Amino acid sequence: MIDLALLYGFIALAAALLCTAWRLSVGPTMADRILALDTMVIDTLALIVLYGIHHGRSVLFEAAILIAMVGFISTVAYCRFILRGDVIE
Amino acid sequence: MLALIAEILVALLIVIGSSFALIGSFGLVKLPDLVTRLHGPTKATTVGVGAVLIASMIYFTVLEGDFSFHELVITLFLFLTAPLTANFIAKAYMHRHIRHDALPSTNREEGWATYDPPGEEGPLAPTQNPVTQPPAKT
Repeated sequence: MIDLALLYGFIALAAALLCTAWRLSVGPTMADRILALDTMVIDTLALIVLYGIHHGRSVLFEAAILIAMVGFISTVAYCRFILRGDVIE
Repeated sequence: MLALIAEILVALLIVIGSSFALIGSFGLVKLPDLVTRLHGPTKATTVGVGAVLIASMIYFTVLEGDFSFHELVITLFLFLTAPLTANFIAKAYMHRHIRHDALPSTNREEGWATYDPPGEEGPLAPTQNPVTQPPAKT
């Protein structure tokens, strides 16, 4: 039963990643692209957690934490670059 | 019996979480402009990743037998940072695409925080209601 749910989860998250990739490539404004990248990070996080359940390994959570932190910092840095023209003043 | 209940719960949470992630990302495609588009991925962040992480906690605690709680760290981090990123993205969008005088007056000495940094500079936004403007400090 968990295997079926995992299959559904992988397919749904792959479709979600395709949606965000479409918005990332089409997105009319720069803020749209930042939002699409942020959503893509979150979908990847869920995908990594599902992969950890699939393989029965809890080692992958360190990778999930790292991706969450890097995604947050890159989003804030990009927004700050648009707002102030510089990342670190 | 406990293993069966845990298995049903894990499968249900995985389905719910990935469905919400899909709905949030589909909202990113479907909604018309950025300010409404900000609404979609919050579903993916809170319910989507939250349900998947709870499923993994239950799976590793009950079915694999080793107690794991560091999923709570990811959940806490995401819940703390999601409003910050939304605020930053909205501010970047306003900075680039919304005119300063499209916003109503703040009726205070300072203008809107996105356009007017706090401090000595004074308001940048035009004051449309000078009657309720407090007198300038000397």
